[in-house]
Amino acid sequence: MTGPILLRQLAFARTGDKGNRLNIAVICRTPRAFPVLAEGLTPARVAAHFAARRPSRVVRYDLPNLAAFNFVLDDVLDGGVNASLGLDGHGKSLSFHLLALELAPSAAILAALRDLPAAPEDPLRALEAAFKTT
Amino acid sequence: MVDMVRIGSGAGFAGDRTDAAIPVAAALAQLDGPRFLIFETLAERTLALCQLARRADPAKGYSPAMEKLIAPVLATCLEAGIRIVGNFGAANPEAAAARLAALAQAAGLSPRIGVVTGSDLTARLGPADLAARETGGTLLAGRSAITSADAYIGAGAIAEALDLGADIVVTGRVADPALALGPLIHAFGWGDTDWDLLAAGTLAGHLLECGSQVSGGYFADPGIKDVPGLAEIGYPIAEIARDGSFVLTKPAGTGGRIDRFTVIEQMLYEIHDPAAYLTPDVVMDLTGVAVAAIGPDRVKVSGARGKPRPDTLKATVCFAAGFLAEAEISYAGPNAAARARLAADVIRARMARRAPGLALRIDAIGIASLFNDTPGATLGALFPSAAADDVRLRFAAQSEDGAALDLLLDEVEGLYCAGPAGGAGVRRHLVPRLASASCLVEREFSAPRAELYGAPR
Repeated sequence: MTGPILLRQLAFARTGDKGNRLNIAVICRTPRAFPVLAEGLTPARVAAHFAARRPSRVVRYDLPNLAAFNFVLDDVLDGGVNASLGLDGHGKSLSFHLLALELAPSAAILAALRDLPAAPEDPLRALEAAFKTT
Repeated sequence: MVDMVRIGSGAGFAGDRTDAAIPVAAALAQLDGPRFLIFETLAERTLALCQLARRADPAKGYSPAMEKLIAPVLATCLEAGIRIVGNFGAANPEAAAARLAALAQAAGLSPRIGVVTGSDLTARLGPADLAARETGGTLLAGRSAITSADAYIGAGAIAEALDLGADIVVTGRVADPALALGPLIHAFGWGDTDWDLLAAGTLAGHLLECGSQVSGGYFADPGIKDVPGLAEIGYPIAEIARDGSFVLTKPAGTGGRIDRFTVIEQMLYEIHDPAAYLTPDVVMDLTGVAVAAIGPDRVKVSGARGKPRPDTLKATVCFAAGFLAEAEISYAGPNAAARARLAADVIRARMARRAPGLALRIDAIGIASLFNDTPGATLGALFPSAAADDVRLRFAAQSEDGAALDLLLDEVEGLYCAGPAGGAGVRRHLVPRLASASCLVEREFSAPRAELYGAPR
């Protein structure tokens, strides 16, 4: 059995803020993850993942030569660092919220994961076993 | 003719490590050719805080971090011919220069100090003028007083200060990448419309200006993104060629890592449209950039393209916005989450009666805080089933009404006796709040100027 794949297994991420706007750069750990995420990590999917913060707009910019994406989320920082009531007015921690996004397992994801050294907690072996038995 | 310029980063923000610049200065001191050490110390709000400090004391108003950042490397840099460029002038670059001159003199040194001014807009634009130029909101509408208004000015005045022979350049608000682009324009003689070169220098500056964020800082995620020697991380040095391509590296013997991943993460930091990053000097296009590892902790970056600079400058306007109140209390052990939830309900009920209309944010550290939202939907969904056995409740509100905020802090403290069992560790504070807004202003309202400290005008 295998659970969903977390974005964290396929990509790195870093946030930046300007006023009430957040950007999250998503960098593929392997170029093979780029087409997988280009299809699965849509602006709508990201907007839904951040629904509690009510983004007014989510735009994705693609950087295929760097195997990276840049997401820009408008109006998600509670007014920004100098207005927010939260602990993280910069939204610095929100890269890890995105990295917890769950992706449905697929053959393409499995192929991308095969390029990568498995982190100790990566369920790569369990995933491979699941694909062999199905 | 200069073929290569080296620029090291000594600090990426005012709170940065004060010993970070030492290995960078030491590495640069062993090399020849034009070498610079840059310091970025101005967050959005810093200018306003410094403006308030200047009003209280005309000899203040520069970054309070300046001395502790620069003192450890001042003698090394001056003796080795490493020129320092920093924006620690904040609201009073002239006073920063005076302080630096005194510091140097005490060490038996007498550097030429360049002073870059001209970001302050308040003499030319009043609150209503700024309100008319606000972007992305209407925070300034109807406001009669502001604390500070500064345009992000470009690299030109920094290059001029270096042309005048400055060993150290102190600036107020400048675009952060200009701290590196200025030295490059000075050293290579890049032209005012060499857009691709200006973009390349801007990219080098963008990658350097946050210090270790490009060399393994803010990167580590154990098991999946490991960084060796994070406790002694090396700050970056860029080796920039005349054609604008550059290699990022760091001093030998330091911790951290520089590879494609650390560089690409930082390249996209605080970027919106990667094809159009607006700066006062150039519009930078990152979409064709190539990033190649060429050796251990050596990454080559090339291919930035530039388009003509925008007609307007970005400006940050800060204004007093009442107070922020925060209070915390913890619950631990069996049924901690339920006791914390009850405490939150008690405070909500009491504040609804005692200060109706005061918007309250409640976080439960250990259940939902960083990922919580201000209306509280995220925590609300998690609280009923949360099984955490060590929970810190946090209450926050802001208002012009300090008395209402004091009431909140008193109510949280009151949980000690009148709240659920086992509440402990109350901390409370009330601080003035400076809010900020962004504007786009015509260039003629800024007045970039470079001069040598102490030179006759």
